[in-house]
Amino acid sequence: MEILKHDLLIIGSGIAGLRAAAQAAYTAKIDIAIISKVQVMRSHSVSAEGGMSAVLYPDKNNDSLDLHAYDTIKGSDYLADQDAVELLVRMAPLEVRYLERIGVPWSRHPDGRIYQRPFGGMSVPRTTFAADKTGFFIMSTLWQETLRFDNIKYYHEHFVTKLIIENGEFRGVTAIDLKTGELKLILAKAAIIATGGAGRLYRFTTTAHSTTGEMLGYAMRAGLALKDMEFVQWHPTALVPSGILVSEAARGEGGYLVNKEGERFMKRYAPQKMELAPRDIVSRAILTEIAEGRGFVHEESGMGYVGLDLRHLGEEVLNQKIPFIRELAHKYAGVDALSELIPVRPAVHYTMGGIHTDTYGRVLTPSGEWVKGLWAAGEAASVSVHGANRLGSNSLSECSVWGRLTGEQAAKYAMEAPAPSTDEKYIKIAQEEESRIFDKLLHKETNGISVYELKGRLQDTMEQHYGPFRHESTMKEGIPKLLKIREDFSRIRIEDGSRIYNQNLKDALELDGMIDVALAVAYGALARQESRGAHYRLDYPKRDDVNWLKHTLAYFVGGQLQLSYVPVRITKWTKFEERKY
Amino acid sequence: MPTLTVRVKRFDGKKSWWQEYKVDVKSRRVSVLDVLLRIKEEQDPTLAVRYSCRMAICGSCGMVINGVPRLACQTLLTEIKDDVITVEPMWNYRVIKDLVVDTEPNFDKLKKIKPYILRDVKEIYESDKEFGQKPEDLEKYYNFAYCIECGLCMSACPVVATNPRFLGPMALAAAYRWSADSRDQGWPIRAKIVDSDEGVWSCHLAYTCSAVCPRGVDPGFAIQLVKVALMRRAKRL
Repeated sequence: MEILKHDLLIIGSGIAGLRAAAQAAYTAKIDIAIISKVQVMRSHSVSAEGGMSAVLYPDKNNDSLDLHAYDTIKGSDYLADQDAVELLVRMAPLEVRYLERIGVPWSRHPDGRIYQRPFGGMSVPRTTFAADKTGFFIMSTLWQETLRFDNIKYYHEHFVTKLIIENGEFRGVTAIDLKTGELKLILAKAAIIATGGAGRLYRFTTTAHSTTGEMLGYAMRAGLALKDMEFVQWHPTALVPSGILVSEAARGEGGYLVNKEGERFMKRYAPQKMELAPRDIVSRAILTEIAEGRGFVHEESGMGYVGLDLRHLGEEVLNQKIPFIRELAHKYAGVDALSELIPVRPAVHYTMGGIHTDTYGRVLTPSGEWVKGLWAAGEAASVSVHGANRLGSNSLSECSVWGRLTGEQAAKYAMEAPAPSTDEKYIKIAQEEESRIFDKLLHKETNGISVYELKGRLQDTMEQHYGPFRHESTMKEGIPKLLKIREDFSRIRIEDGSRIYNQNLKDALELDGMIDVALAVAYGALARQESRGAHYRLDYPKRDDVNWLKHTLAYFVGGQLQLSYVPVRITKWTKFEERKY
Repeated sequence: MPTLTVRVKRFDGKKSWWQEYKVDVKSRRVSVLDVLLRIKEEQDPTLAVRYSCRMAICGSCGMVINGVPRLACQTLLTEIKDDVITVEPMWNYRVIKDLVVDTEPNFDKLKKIKPYILRDVKEIYESDKEFGQKPEDLEKYYNFAYCIECGLCMSACPVVATNPRFLGPMALAAAYRWSADSRDQGWPIRAKIVDSDEGVWSCHLAYTCSAVCPRGVDPGFAIQLVKVALMRRAKRL
């Protein structure tokens, strides 16, 4: 078994991870490693399309930091921590300009300033973009930026199987090198978890196949807490039948949503903001239209859908501002957006919850103490700036801001901290991990359950019992199904017995973590007897600030999932309005 | 409801063989990747395929499909009229397993051309200024910034096939992309790197790189633009 040592380990290679790496490498001449289960430039952040929010030109756009904060807090249905939101809006313009300086090809005004467009729930145009491949361009630029630094090492296609945390301090991880099948022990002074969300808990999702979120489950096993996992975002417009994202930019640029009667139905749900209401509201509106028989039906899949109408925008807007949408609709749905409606319906898109951290991204235990040497950033973390519902284009800002903040803090910490201990006990932990994976999990008797069958059951259970419309009775029925899936995992069958690039084994390890994450979503949702943001309960249709203005924490105690609650941090937005748009 | 025959060139680290799978599909509006994933999930979980976004932007699933280097997720059955699909790993790479190849040498070559803004690093990290860029300056390099590093161009390049030291279309297109950016001051440094046998002069203008690029990047043209700038001893691109 190979034993490796680094000063700082960054787990995950999306925008948050790469931004953290660049900032850490500039801050200190320390030895940094990025470890990713994919090749590092291929993380799911590449799929972000619409843009990155920031108050760039307050005078020209009639904008202010306070207005961005207010929009975000109202959009969050008041569950966001307001000090974190203030930090987000203050740092976001700095990050857009940093990304500009490292070469992101932002779309521009004729005078060379950065262009911004309207987005859902934002009072003014403040979404900075690079056509409709914003995430891709930021990712590509950041990854190449990291190549500037010789003190960054890349572990492409290494799957982290365990976080080693001891006496409240981070020690290291174990990881499988997928290319060789070898288990490695990687010890480090500090780490940043930036592994993204868990969209693939559900079957119909905009997220990449890799967005499985097992690290969140592994975090709970290591004694950490997940926060607000019941808040799952459905993006209103995913392509039918694939689930591929059709960016909110389509509506930001003026696209309409129409039902089969040709009616712009949003006028009945959000008369002022129409298609640019926040995502939770638009998603429920679309699903209501479909449920009440005013949607279209997709022949092959049987899915209900509505039409995204971009015909009136004209060829120039389609080709200049949202060319990728036109390409994707043409390729994967066979329609030309210039002359036809794009078939869309809501799909799981974003995990508002994540690893419990403080405002600066420091990872906290369930009782609120900092786990020394450990940070989390991006979608994997719940800082929390999105609360119960994220506004479109706030996630790229979050990833970049907390990537930078955690990278800088972790680098400074690692400069001071003593070298990682190579005590025998860590080697023993890694040996036990090797035995768990390669002796027990890999060598299962042949009459077990297929990984994919069990994963399908998990996704179906989440779709059926913890979807956009929730009710106590259906959620209660889901719990025993999830527990049975947990139990059945012990009878999983891995058909690939080899070490080299064993995806069957990797898929099983992902599923193992996903089941725990699903339980956190399910128990959190069942307990929260109110409707807030993306968590909508048919049996409790109103927000309840008296009893539920608080964050949910989920963690394991003796193998059992427990919930507890911590207060929302309020600074100056104390009037909790009803969310009308 | 056509039944497809999918022929996959497999490799387990030691030996290579062809394997055939039969798959029923309801509609032809599915991708080759969808078909391969169904094989993995329903018939043979030992089949190795690198994939992630399934929307032609992450660059994972390059492979040779019916003789042409393509992204599996971007190749729909509607584009393949035949009911027989032949899938091989990308050419010009060491095969790790089945359709998964080692593209990491591409990243080493990319690093060699310094694919980032070359100017005062302190200004980048410690100032808060906006360098600014006119739309016409953006246009100069924009098309070359679309590269998703899938490595298909390297797979199709006849020079890469015979000269492993050739930097190749992916890195050379990046050399143009960065040098042509109005914010960059690195052309004199990159010019020295690409004005060499490993650099642009080994390109034979086959243009297979541009023919297979799934994002329309046209690396062949980028290489010619670099050659022109070198010939004219241009101070910048």
